[in-house]
Amino acid sequence: MNLTQTSARSTVLAQTLFVALVGLTLVFAAGFAQSHALHDAAHDMRHSTGFPCH
Amino acid sequence: MRHMLSSAVFAGFAAGLLCALLQYLLVQPNIVLAERYEAGELVHFQGIASPEERAATSHAAHGAHDTAAPVEEAGHDHGAGAEAGAYRQALTVLFAVLTYCGYGIVLVAGMNLAEQVGIKIGLSQGILWGLVGFMAFQMMPALGLQPDLPGTPTTDLYARQIWWAATAAATVAGLWFAAYGTGLWQRAAGIVVLTAPHIWGAPGLSSFGGIAPPELAASFAARSLAVGMITWAALGGLVATLWHSEPAK
Repeated sequence: MNLTQTSARSTVLAQTLFVALVGLTLVFAAGFAQSHALHDAAHDMRHSTGFPCH
Repeated sequence: MRHMLSSAVFAGFAAGLLCALLQYLLVQPNIVLAERYEAGELVHFQGIASPEERAATSHAAHGAHDTAAPVEEAGHDHGAGAEAGAYRQALTVLFAVLTYCGYGIVLVAGMNLAEQVGIKIGLSQGILWGLVGFMAFQMMPALGLQPDLPGTPTTDLYARQIWWAATAAATVAGLWFAAYGTGLWQRAAGIVVLTAPHIWGAPGLSSFGGIAPPELAASFAARSLAVGMITWAALGGLVATLWHSEPAK
């Protein structure tokens, strides 16, 4: 594996990591964040998908 | 990367709509009914518990979280209204879509990682990955933290969230090594990681004091898990299909 391949691979890895983070942030906001408005709005969804809710 | 994100978002959108529909038909009636018990409008074993006892139980259910009177408490917890109005449905659809878009994005990142190490993901693999997502993000956490109806007494929220997240992460990592690990040791280590949060133990209930009838809670638990499983399987299949739908990545 030469240097170009290594750097291409690490770019893919960094991109994948970034994508995973975007997804986890969304899940966190929808399922975990405890702001009052968010909690009330997401209430039924949190109960049904098994997120710990109040 | 754009293709990865867009296919995951489309898949998440579709899966979220499916989830919202199934929830509307199967799960939400249970939640709405449980809230009527929580608010004291209905009483399990009518005539046995006095109003004072009911108020006390309902109050204890929310513990440290609220000190308002029981009536206000019901309004506080369900700001969208205890009835199943259009606004509430719309919010549930919105959050179902958001949640499954998030899960779809996580899934596509995992699939991309797998393809980097030479694992091919087709439609059937995608469905299997979806089912693994269901195990990691719903089934295994539910093993320690049972799906709870509104009005179920619970323990410290933060501790439960930590355990939930740790269990999801351990299930993903454990199943990865159990399935794709090389040699017996890696696979065995996967099983150990998978089991660890359950040996450690979830922050469980210190007492039982649910207000809703056990039959209702059982139906809710079974249905919410079933809806999750169906939605996740659809999500996995859709993500895999859409992601490979264009040659350009």
